[in-house]
Amino acid sequence: MHKHTHLPARLHDIRQKVEGYAREYGLDFYETVFEVLGFDEINMVAAYGGFPNRYPHWRFGMDYERLAKGYEYGLSKIYEMVINNDPSYAYLLESNMDVDQKLVMAHVFGHVDFFKNNFMFQHTNRKMMDQLANHATRVRRYQDKLGVEMVEDFIDRCLSLENLIDYQSPYVKRRPDRPNDEEASQRKIAHGFKTEREYMREYINPPEFMQAEQKKLDDEAARKKKFPERPERDVLLFLLENAPLERWEHDVLSIIREEAYYFAPQGQTKIMNEGWATYWHSKIMTEKALDASEVIDYADHHSGTLATHPGQLNPYKLGVELWRDLEDRWNKGRFGKEYDECDSFVERRQWDKKLGLGRQKIFEVRKHYNDVTFIDEFLTLEFVLEQKLFTYGYNEKHQRWEILEREFKKVKEKLLHMLTNFGQPTIGVEDGNFENRGELLLVHKHDGVDLKLDYARETLRHVQTLWRRPVNLATRVEGRWTQFRFDGREHSDRRVEL
Amino acid sequence: MALKIKQDHARFRDIVRGRIKRNLKKYIQKGELIGKKGKDFITIPIPTIDIPHFRFGEKSQGGVGQGDGEPGDPLSQGDPQPGSGQAGQGEGQHILEVDVSLEELADILGEELALPRIQPKGKDRIVATKLRYTGISPSGPESLRHFKRTYKQALRRQIASGSYNWRKPVIVPVREDRRYRTWKQVPLPETNAVVIYMMDVSGSMGDEQKEIVRIESFWIDTWLRKHYKGLETRYIIHDAVAREVDRDTFFHTRESGGTMISSAYKLALELIESDYAPSSWNVYPFHFSDGDNWSADDTRVCVEILQERILPAVNLFAYGQVESPYGSGQFIKDLREAFGERENVALSEIADKEGIYGSIKTFLGQGR
Repeated sequence: MHKHTHLPARLHDIRQKVEGYAREYGLDFYETVFEVLGFDEINMVAAYGGFPNRYPHWRFGMDYERLAKGYEYGLSKIYEMVINNDPSYAYLLESNMDVDQKLVMAHVFGHVDFFKNNFMFQHTNRKMMDQLANHATRVRRYQDKLGVEMVEDFIDRCLSLENLIDYQSPYVKRRPDRPNDEEASQRKIAHGFKTEREYMREYINPPEFMQAEQKKLDDEAARKKKFPERPERDVLLFLLENAPLERWEHDVLSIIREEAYYFAPQGQTKIMNEGWATYWHSKIMTEKALDASEVIDYADHHSGTLATHPGQLNPYKLGVELWRDLEDRWNKGRFGKEYDECDSFVERRQWDKKLGLGRQKIFEVRKHYNDVTFIDEFLTLEFVLEQKLFTYGYNEKHQRWEILEREFKKVKEKLLHMLTNFGQPTIGVEDGNFENRGELLLVHKHDGVDLKLDYARETLRHVQTLWRRPVNLATRVEGRWTQFRFDGREHSDRRVEL
Repeated sequence: MALKIKQDHARFRDIVRGRIKRNLKKYIQKGELIGKKGKDFITIPIPTIDIPHFRFGEKSQGGVGQGDGEPGDPLSQGDPQPGSGQAGQGEGQHILEVDVSLEELADILGEELALPRIQPKGKDRIVATKLRYTGISPSGPESLRHFKRTYKQALRRQIASGSYNWRKPVIVPVREDRRYRTWKQVPLPETNAVVIYMMDVSGSMGDEQKEIVRIESFWIDTWLRKHYKGLETRYIIHDAVAREVDRDTFFHTRESGGTMISSAYKLALELIESDYAPSSWNVYPFHFSDGDNWSADDTRVCVEILQERILPAVNLFAYGQVESPYGSGQFIKDLREAFGERENVALSEIADKEGIYGSIKTFLGQGR
């Protein structure tokens, strides 16, 4: 199925060439449909997260305004957009020069290769374009029936909770399969160790031991009665299954949840994915596609993409440098026990076993890693030094952001923390029948960083409107456990022991 | 093709204007009007509505950056945006940052706040004259003789009188052929302007208050500079006494002690009288304080100086009262009482950084 109708002949030729180069290098991508859009349309599509059609909501209008203004004032423009779908769709900005279009196409094939092959995307819906259009239709239908305001208000509240999903759940099994009811309803009796000899029983299974065993079984049963049985990280799922929602509310919330899961892997592989695409556009352009007359424009654009600003991490830059470093290390054999144990600086510098495994290695890594595991495994001391990475933080005394440290361990730790759980606090449902009053208890798994409290209170308010009964959130504030509560009318908080 | 998103966009605009969904009002953030010169970036005020999420407090978080610098060095580019792994839809968009010149920035500001162009003071009062060579006359000093026109005149005369021989084209001008440049004195509206910033640096003005003044003064400078070629700035700080300082000192001095606003006004008046004759300067005194003055007597003195001496001499007197936990905020009330209707007085209360937006509009919205 070749739908090249949207491309003018000139761009079609470029596309054929670039696609050919990409395949020669071994990239493996879905059929990709390029569309050429005017700036207004591309801003719209970008505001919709890369899709031509989303459910009606003012937030997309807000993003659109930001993009449109940025373009009008000459502050920013979108060069390229591509979506994870089969076939994949990519958009080109009409007014771009041919050399830019070339670069963008090469970049896009990198992304689509990544979407198709990286494990994080394996569970995502590859017909998401249709699915989002379907979501849009459903939400419109509710709005026609119930009024724009009512449905939109509900969406606002759902969006406030959209990050309360379990980012790992598509990749692990969280819940055991349900036991059948009969088995579950009987009390289990402890039997102790098996013994044939009656007279030995009291020695092998003394009463204290038997009591302890029985208690273990009873506790287990009690835990099963707990609701939920174990803390539920997918708060949205818990609400879908247990909150007293109307049918349309249930449907809208499940739409929000589904879309959040669809977009999540893109955030969890941002560094790898952008780095990968940048690696390939630079390879394809400089080795194959670039015309001598285009070198300056290409260099200008490419360096703009990779520019760094002190307070921000540029995923394009960090990503592409890591990929190149990785390739280089596997080409030269700079890995493994022998290399790690070598502590001669000079020797390490000159280390080259001429293995030539680099290309193979990066293709393998693009399949099995995400940003967290990628950084965890392949960020090296040398790399941190060379790339001048540092950690920064807010200095209360000087009232400004300052560079804190350049030490390898600290940088890596901070980087991983920023990426873990998407840079979001980990919050789960601990109890759906808290205090035996049908209240909801959320617990924040505190890892050293406090929540932004005013936001937390407002969000709690939104949780309450879904749960309808009072809701609680336990988190640590300046080192002490605090329980925030919203009962539908007012907020309160108190210190607790946990 | 009518874009589908226009509906969403219209709805967003309505929310921002407060027409619908007032419950979202509290989440609206008027993107901060911050600007720094040179390479540092600027953000343009586009309102956003921030739906609350469970998220980390920014200042306790920090992050990882890239570049030169020693531990302890400040990050040079404004506040970072912590959490590069934010939830969102990173489909791989390239966003290219482009430098904006101050001129363009001023345009954007003007457009955003719907500021009128400044009308410099009436021409009848401020005139500078410039000589402009506008015509030709048969008499004048030799130094201004117009060679070409003289030649042409001589040629014309010789042809008319038949003494021109094309085989031997010799042109000999006589006295009557000579032409001279003449000039006119053209009155030019004077475009010199001076901004005199005054700030209370007594103990009650904190760093946050000064930051507000700093941002606000940046935008005032940017806007005025667009309208006046030669903009000068002078800085006066005061507590109980006033002194003139340079820009850096202005924003970083902290004194303790009382506040006598009249001291600053007196000094400003001295500056105006000695350096900026109102007949040739557009004068803009801007005063910022937290509204605390030493005594009602001193306030009376202030009103008197303004009334009698300063207001007649300036384009606009602006007073910005920055809210602080210590200030009583009385001063603006006194000024309002005294000058509420005066057209070249602009008074504004600035509660926090977000108030800067409205305050700039008050100050510059009159087009004076």
